[in-house]
Amino acid sequence: MGKLTIDDLKKIKERVKRDTALREGGSTVKITVHMGTCGIAAGAREVMEALLQEMSETERQDIRVMTSGCMGMCSSEPNVTVEMKDKDPVIYQHMDANKMRQVFKRHVLLGEAQTDFALARMKEPQHEGEDRI
Amino acid sequence: MRELSLHILDVVENGVDAGAGFIRISILEEKAKNRLTITIEDDGAGIEDALLEKVVDPFYTTRRTRRVGLGLPLFRETSRRCDGTFTITSRRGKGTRVEAGFRLDHIDLPPLGNIAGCISALIAGHPEVDLLYTHRVNGREFRFDTREIKSELEEVAINEPRVLKYLDGVIRKSEAQIETAG
Repeated sequence: MGKLTIDDLKKIKERVKRDTALREGGSTVKITVHMGTCGIAAGAREVMEALLQEMSETERQDIRVMTSGCMGMCSSEPNVTVEMKDKDPVIYQHMDANKMRQVFKRHVLLGEAQTDFALARMKEPQHEGEDRI
Repeated sequence: MRELSLHILDVVENGVDAGAGFIRISILEEKAKNRLTITIEDDGAGIEDALLEKVVDPFYTTRRTRRVGLGLPLFRETSRRCDGTFTITSRRGKGTRVEAGFRLDHIDLPPLGNIAGCISALIAGHPEVDLLYTHRVNGREFRFDTREIKSELEEVAINEPRVLKYLDGVIRKSEAQIETAG
């Protein structure tokens, strides 16, 4: 696989085209990895890599992956937001590669929000000033 | 930041936020000169002269979500502690260029790290932005241009998981080869 070859790329293109021809319609799940300076320093890239690995192993075609900046809750990074159609978005905190795999397999694929990793959005910060840097 | 590649990822994200459509990333390793130069150039909104001084001030940020902006100051500190240089040039409406130099054999120089993971993350998050990545080590070059890949893929999106997985593998291999070639 060493070098980028046009042939390899063409083969993948044909395979993807064949598979996607079967489905039409938009996405029903949106996964956002927050990639501000704080997220990157805390490990957002590893989270993204695990997510992309999971994505390449699923047949599901209705899942979109995005990145965004900092939400202002840098101490809870890496953050990942999972938005599913007709459901409240869930923001996950302190994510790592393993937690990302679990969230993908359970929440994204099966619809079971992983509350253990979720950030309590409506709750006040436990310690004064925790929501700043 | 534990790796130089994470600084690169961070600065490229800045460019994307500034509305860039094309971002050039260049890594130049010159063993003879004992220099490592990382350049990131975008065609985004650019920064006014009056603000250019401020962007490396940790207590300056344009965002409203928090009161500090650490991306560029952290990158500058990494280059500083490696006998390096750090320059930002920018023109309003034209884009911004960040260049960080390092002494290649400095004991505090972080590893380049997982470049492939950074490029994959960037493509996954911003498939519409084009990237040209070049890594030169003593005259050998690895070049990766998303524009060429997109024209080959035609209507298939570059952020399709299987495409990304393939590209990630290619970059990983090529990076390993070029590093050992030095």
